Amino acid sequence: MATFLQMMLTGVMVGGIYGLMALGIILVYKATGIFNFAHGWFVLIGGFLFWAFLVQLGLPFSVSVLLLLASGCLLGLLIERLIMRPLIGQPVLSAIMATLGLAQILAGIQTLVWPGPGRRYPEFISSEPMRFGDLMVSQQHLWTFIICLIVFGVFIFFFKYTLLGLSMRATAEDHQLAQSSGINVKTVFSVTWIIAVLMTFTGGVLLCSIYQVSPTVTEMGLKAFPAVLFGGLESVPGSIIGGISVGMLEGLGSGYLDPLVGGGMKELIPYIILLLVLVIIPYGLFGQKRIERI
Amino acid sequence: MWRPGGTFDTSYRETLAIFRTRFHKFMLLLLFILLLTTPLYASQYFLSVLSVAFIIIIAVHGLNILTGYTGQISLGQVGFMAVGAYVSGILGARFGLPFWASLPCAAFSTGVVGLIFGLPSLRLKGFYLAMATLAAHFIILWIIIHAPEFSGGVDGLIIPRLQIAGLGMTERSLYYVNLIFVAGMTYFARNLARTRLGRSFVAIRDNDLAAEVMGIDVFRYKLTAFFISAVFAGVAGSLWANYLGLITPEQFPLMDAIWFLGMIIVGGMGSVLGTIFGVVLLKGLSEVVILLGPMLGSIAPALGGRVAAAMAQIFFGVVIIVFLIFEPRGLAHRWGLLKTSFRMWPFSY
Repeated sequence: MATFLQMMLTGVMVGGIYGLMALGIILVYKATGIFNFAHGWFVLIGGFLFWAFLVQLGLPFSVSVLLLLASGCLLGLLIERLIMRPLIGQPVLSAIMATLGLAQILAGIQTLVWPGPGRRYPEFISSEPMRFGDLMVSQQHLWTFIICLIVFGVFIFFFKYTLLGLSMRATAEDHQLAQSSGINVKTVFSVTWIIAVLMTFTGGVLLCSIYQVSPTVTEMGLKAFPAVLFGGLESVPGSIIGGISVGMLEGLGSGYLDPLVGGGMKELIPYIILLLVLVIIPYGLFGQKRIERI
Repeated sequence: MWRPGGTFDTSYRETLAIFRTRFHKFMLLLLFILLLTTPLYASQYFLSVLSVAFIIIIAVHGLNILTGYTGQISLGQVGFMAVGAYVSGILGARFGLPFWASLPCAAFSTGVVGLIFGLPSLRLKGFYLAMATLAAHFIILWIIIHAPEFSGGVDGLIIPRLQIAGLGMTERSLYYVNLIFVAGMTYFARNLARTRLGRSFVAIRDNDLAAEVMGIDVFRYKLTAFFISAVFAGVAGSLWANYLGLITPEQFPLMDAIWFLGMIIVGGMGSVLGTIFGVVLLKGLSEVVILLGPMLGSIAPALGGRVAAAMAQIFFGVVIIVFLIFEPRGLAHRWGLLKTSFRMWPFSY
């Protein structure tokens, strides 16, 4: 029983990060209708940028965080201005393909600037585990989870109580109606991309602090897709619940099935969940049931 | 349907013919002779580039049938290619089957795998389907890596190559093998577009609801598209295994699936000619970057040799995006315009 709880707990903690990254995808999807495949590579760039600021340039922690946020804003703005805006009016498929192209560019930049083996952040959270009775939680996991919860909180507050958040929700509802009631839809698009990049950057740094700063983080980032689909493509709470469920199932599955099949279930389980969800409930737990059946 | 002056179709059959005019036939013959004689004067390296390009063309033809004609985005083509490569590799290395027997087995079993992962297309469209095929890619590669007793795991699998009359294969003869297959598969893909099957695919792409109402069994045709597409991938994978003689899971990264999609976009979706244009252009560009890489390295030694790979990736991403923004209908469309203006000259209306 203790092992079960332990696996679940660790899963939930990691799931928080998946949820955070899923939120970035959902945000872009809701506002612009584009499914962002470059997402896993945003995670990568975020992790590496933070490493560059913190270790390569030797800046203090707080400055690095600020610089990371600033560069996230810049990247989001550039993507929207240079790639997504010229594609307005083209089929959505083109925009999705463009994100795939973007993924290539980001991957190339990573190989160009930070080649070679994985790196590690200096330890800014003690790796000493904390004990709650029988259960052990590493402080890294715990802090990561707390940061995720804070970001979720800020995000919900932003959507509910600020004017910009409101106009983003309006834009998500209907572009033309939003535009005719005086919202600048293009600005909203820019803000959406910026926020999405910031979220994935945060997720990236958190993932890299748990594992290591290396290109494999991309695959971790791609696990946000199962979380998104599990929770439902349109739903913000769905992303959080989806992320945590995927993390939990992954933890449990690798704990119980790894001895049977000889390891590595961790990479497989999210995708099995993905396929099952797609076949059984393609709209996810909280999504809108809009898929036409043919 | 612009034709050179003096060419008039007198029947529907003529309009849809693959080889339409005498000039067209002549040019194709010329191209074929050129390809046949290439090994006489080209270097080994150039031949190997062409061979790989041929194999990729076959795989991308398959993706074009699925994505370009039927409108189902797939990120699983590289995974399917891996299935083809490993089935043919395992049959060859573990059971001693010769290439000509393992190739059809590989093609068929890849087709069946494609069918299985095509099942979600019953209810899914657009990027939902892209996600399902993404899952397919990861699941296929996971199985390959975790079944080392068959596949050799991460260390890879050494495959006995094709032998004809007891003679081993050289770069040159492998080139001919690949050339024969790419010609045959291209003909098949081109021919498919003008059959009932191909027209049904296009109808499903344009509007699946309307296609259903017109009496097309959408689900059956979608699955057929998945099957045919995976068969192409299987043939390509089998040729790949035979060509390289060693396959490892690392030869089939997800990025290549994205490259394949990019090739269709650059060439023009739903066009056999466009597929070839796309592969040749992007493959050619990456070769240019690889050739330029050492030069860059000598200019700025600090950057080193990895620059080539990284530059190729960045360049490729930029090309995809630029094409999407400025030439969304692809090279095949531009080629058509070019031919038309050439024909109409000097009266360009």
